[in-house]
Amino acid sequence: MNTRGPGAPQANVMDMPNGSGAAAILAAGIGCFLVAVLAIVADQWAGMKSAMNFYRPTGPLSGVTTTAVLIWLAVWLVLAYLWRKRNVALARICSVAVGLLVLSVLLTFPPIADLF
Amino acid sequence: MEMTTRALWTLLHGMGFGALYLLACSAALVELWRRYAPGDMTPVRESDEKFLQSWLIAMTLVAWFAVLTGTYVIYPWYRAPPPLGTADLSAYPQRFLMSNDATRGWHSIGMEWKEHVAWIVPISITMSAAVFSKYRRNLKNKPELRNAVLCFVLLSFFAAGAAGFFGAMLSKHAPVDGGTTIRWMEGARP
Repeated sequence: MNTRGPGAPQANVMDMPNGSGAAAILAAGIGCFLVAVLAIVADQWAGMKSAMNFYRPTGPLSGVTTTAVLIWLAVWLVLAYLWRKRNVALARICSVAVGLLVLSVLLTFPPIADLF
Repeated sequence: MEMTTRALWTLLHGMGFGALYLLACSAALVELWRRYAPGDMTPVRESDEKFLQSWLIAMTLVAWFAVLTGTYVIYPWYRAPPPLGTADLSAYPQRFLMSNDATRGWHSIGMEWKEHVAWIVPISITMSAAVFSKYRRNLKNKPELRNAVLCFVLLSFFAAGAAGFFGAMLSKHAPVDGGTTIRWMEGARP
C-alpha cells in the first residue's frame, strides 16, 4: 500500500514482510562467522587442514572459504524460503547477525585466533 | 617503464578492486545513512534508488573480483615454496618474510588476518545489495534492517581497509613479482 502525500508518517513506503531481509542478514552473519571458525579449526587440526586443501596452490584457505560460502548460500536459501511471507523478530535476528559479524572480524585476527 | 605480469595482477587486485571498493564504500554508507533514515519523510526518487542499487551491485562484483584474484591468482605466488637449497628467498615472499624476525609478523599477523578477514567483505556486500534491492525505500519503515545493512557495510569497509593496509605493507616488504615483463613506455634519455 502506497502512503504518498503530506502528513504520511513515512513517505512513499509500503509494508512488506521482513522475513526475506532477516534471512539474508542472519545468513550473512553465519557465513562470516564460519570463515573465522573454519579458519581456526583448519589451523588447529591437521586432519581438517588437509581436508580443506581443495586447491593445492592456495592451500587450506581454498577449502575454508569455499565451504563457508556454500554453507552461507544454503542457509540463506533455506531461511529465505521459510521466512518469505513472515514477519520475524527482526531486532533480535539483526543483533545476532551483527554480533556474529563482529566476532568473525575478531576471530580472524591471529593473536585472538591463536588463543584457541 | 616495466612491470611484470605478477606485479600487474597485484596492482589490479589492490588498486583496481581493493581501493575501488574502499572508495565506493564511503559513498554507499553516506547514501544509506542519509536517504534511508527512519525519521526522514522526504520521498526517495526511483532514479536515486536505482542508482544506489546499481552502485551496491557494482560493489558486490568488485568485492568478489578482489577476493577471487587475491586467493586464487596472487596468494599461490605468495606462498609458493622455494626449491630445496634456495639461498635467495626474494622471489618467495612468504618464506622471505618468515626468514627474518623483523619481518615475520607481516606474514604471521598481516597476511594471516588479511587472507581471512577479506572474505567477510563479499559476503557482507552481497547481502547488503540483495536486501536493498528487495526493500529499497521500504528500509525507512524497517530501521532494524537498515541499521543491520549499515553495520555490515561499515564492517566490510573496516575489513577491506585492514586487508588493503596489510596488502600494501606486504607489497612493500616482500612484493609478489615475476613472470613476463611488460614494457609500458620508454622514458626520455638524459
